[in-house]
Amino acid sequence: MAPLTMIEAIRDALVHEMERDERVMVLGLDVGRLGGVFRATHGLLERFGPERVVDMPLAEGAIIGSSLGLALSGLVPVPEIQFLGFTHQAFHQIGPQLARYRFRSRGRYHCQVTIRAPFGGGVRTPEFHPDAIEAQFVQTPGIKVVCPATPADARGLLLSAIRDPDPVLFIEPQRLYRRGREEVPEGDATVPFGRLRIARPGSDLTLIAWSAAVELCLRAAERLEEDGISAAVLDLRTLVPLDVAGLVAEVARTGRAVVVHEAPLSAGFGAEIAATLQEECFYSLDAPVARVAAWDSPYPTGPLEAWYLPTLERVVEAARRTAAR
Amino acid sequence: MTGYRILDPDGNLLDGARPRLGPEGAVEGLRWMLLSRAFDARATAMHRQGRFGTYSPVRGQEASVVGSSMALDPTVDWIAPSYRELPALVRHGMPLERVFAGYLGRGKAARIPDEVRLLPNQVALATQLQHAVGLAWGLALQRKPGVVMAYCGEGASSEGDFHEACNLAGVKRAPVVFVLINNQWAISTPRSVQSAGELYRRAEGYGFPGVQVDGNDLLAVYEVATEAVERARAGEGPTLIECLTHRQSFHNTTDNPRLYLPEGWLEQAEREDPIRRLEAYLAAQGVWDDGVRAAVEAEIAEQIEGALETALAMPAARPEDLFDDVYADPPERLRRQREELLGRAGD
Ligand SMILES: Cc1ncc(C[n+]2csc(CCOP(=O)(O)OP(=O)(O)O)c2C)c(N)n1
Repeated sequence: MAPLTMIEAIRDALVHEMERDERVMVLGLDVGRLGGVFRATHGLLERFGPERVVDMPLAEGAIIGSSLGLALSGLVPVPEIQFLGFTHQAFHQIGPQLARYRFRSRGRYHCQVTIRAPFGGGVRTPEFHPDAIEAQFVQTPGIKVVCPATPADARGLLLSAIRDPDPVLFIEPQRLYRRGREEVPEGDATVPFGRLRIARPGSDLTLIAWSAAVELCLRAAERLEEDGISAAVLDLRTLVPLDVAGLVAEVARTGRAVVVHEAPLSAGFGAEIAATLQEECFYSLDAPVARVAAWDSPYPTGPLEAWYLPTLERVVEAARRTAAR
Repeated sequence: MTGYRILDPDGNLLDGARPRLGPEGAVEGLRWMLLSRAFDARATAMHRQGRFGTYSPVRGQEASVVGSSMALDPTVDWIAPSYRELPALVRHGMPLERVFAGYLGRGKAARIPDEVRLLPNQVALATQLQHAVGLAWGLALQRKPGVVMAYCGEGASSEGDFHEACNLAGVKRAPVVFVLINNQWAISTPRSVQSAGELYRRAEGYGFPGVQVDGNDLLAVYEVATEAVERARAGEGPTLIECLTHRQSFHNTTDNPRLYLPEGWLEQAEREDPIRRLEAYLAAQGVWDDGVRAAVEAEIAEQIEGALETALAMPAARPEDLFDDVYADPPERLRRQREELLGRAGD
C-alpha cells in the first residue's frame, strides 16, 4: 500500500471492517455527505449507503445511546463524536451506560461499540475542541481507551477496536491527522491492545506518552541526544488496558522516567503511571518519576495554547533534571 | 412554508399588513444588518490571512438576528448567544473593538463590559439555553426586571439540553424568549435530518406559544419578538420563535459548503436575501436610495476599521491569562504553576 496519513489510515480501517463485516456501521454528525469534518469517513456513504453511514440529528447523547441499542440488536456501530470535548453531551450514556452494560446485565448483554473522537491541541481549534479528557474515561470501568500516535497504529488499533466485544473509546490526535505518511500494514493486520510500543530505544531515561505527546517526546529525545542523554520513548497506545509489564520492564532498565501529556496535571493519566511505577518497580528507580503536563486550568483559545501545552523545552528540562538526580 | 411575514420577498407590504416597526426603526435595523455583513467580510478576509480565529458568518440570517434583538431593552434585558449573532451583541452594548479583540486572541481585552447584559458566546451547542432559563427564572424570583433572549440553531435544537431548557422554562413560566434560527443547515446536515416534526410546534408540548416566522423579513421578526418579549415581561412566560432563514455562507471559516450544498440552493437563498428585501421596502417608503446606502456603508466601514485599529492596539494575551480567572482564590498548586510559567515566559 502507498504510505498513508493518519486520517487515510483510519478511513482505510473503516472501509476494511465494513467490507469484512456487514454488521459494522458508522454514525455521527456530518459523517455522510460531507465525509466528516476531517474527512475520516469520506466516500463511505457512496460505497456503503445511507443505512450503514448515517448522518445523525445533532445530539451526542442520541448518537451514543442509540449505538448501545444498535449493538444490542446485533449490529456493530462505530459512532463518531465530532470532537472529544463533546462527549460531555453524551457522558451519561458512556460512563454509566455503555461502559458498564455488560456488568449491570450480569454478562447477559455486551456492547460492541467503538466511539471515535478527535481531540488535542496545537491546531487553534475553538473552545472545547482540543480538550484532552481521556483520563475521565479511565475512571469508568468497562470501556477501553485507545490512543494511537502513528498512521500504522491508527489502522491496526482501529481494527482491534471494532472487533473487540467491549466498548472502546478511540481518540485521534487532530494535530497528527495529516502530519506525515508512513507505510501501513494492509489487510487484517491488527495491533493488539495492552502492548506498548517502543517508539525510540534509549538507555539513560524513559519518556512515556500517548497520542500526540509521543511526537513531542521524540523531538525531545533528539534534543537530549545532543546533550549526550539517551532517552527512550514509550508509546502506551492503550491506557485501558495498560501494559504494566512492558512499562515496568522498560523503566526498570533506565531507572528514570518522565511522563508527558496534554491533559491538565492533576489526576491526569500521568499520575496513574507514576503511582504504578512506584508500586511495581520502586527499587529500580534512581529518581522520582517526573510529569510534564498542561496546567490545571481550562484549555484556552487562541495564541494562549502555546503556553498551555507541554513544550519541547519543558520536556527537555524535566528529562535533564531527572537524568541528573 | 414561509412562516409569518409582513413583506414578500421583493419587499412589498402584504395586503393589510401594518408593521409595528416604523421606517426609522427599519432603517436602524438595516444599518445593523449592513454592519453585520461588512464585519463578516472583514473577518473572513482576516481569517484567510491567518490573523483571525475561526469565524461563523451571519450572512443571510441578519434579519432574524437583528429583528429579534431589537425587541430588547439593553438596560434591563439579557442575551444568551450562541456564536452567530454578532449584530445582536453589538446592538446590546458589546463594543465592536472587543468583539474584534476576541477573534484576534487579545485575551482579557475581549471581556464583556460589566454593564452589558450579555453571556459569553457559546460553542457547546444548546447548553446556553439552560443557563438562559436559570437566569430568567432567577430574575423573576428576585422581582428584577428583564427578559432573557436565548439563541440557538435548528441543529442545536436536537440536543437534550434544548428539551430540558424548554421544559423547565414552561414549568417556571420563566421570562425567556427562545429564538431558534433555522438556517436549514447544521454544518453539512440538512434540516430534514434533525427532526420529523415542525420545530416551533414543540412549544405546545411545553405549554407555551411557538411561532414560525419568515426570518428574512425584519419587520415580521421584530413584531413576533416584540410580542414575545412583552408576554415575558408581563409574567406570561416563555415563547419559542422559529426563524426560517438561510445560511448563505460557509458554516465557519474552516468549512467548504461546495462539498454538500445541493445545486441551486445558494442561488435560491440569495434570491430571498433579507437585506435586499428590506432595502426595496424602504426605497418604496422613500427613506432609502443608493445615496443613503453609500453614506451608511462609508460610515460602517469607518466604524469597523476604527474598531479593528483599537483592537489591534489592545494588549496581547499574556501567559497569566491562563490562570487568572480559573478561581477567585486559586489553589496553591495553581499559583505555583503560574509562577513556573511566568518564570519561563520571562526568559
Ligand atoms: C455539543 C456540540 N456538538 C457538536 C458541536 C460541533 N458543531 C459546531 S456548530 C455545529 C452545527 C450547529 O448547527 P446549528 O445549531 O443549526 O447552528 P448554525 O451553525 O447553523 O448556526 C456543530 C455540529 C458543538 N459545537 N457542540
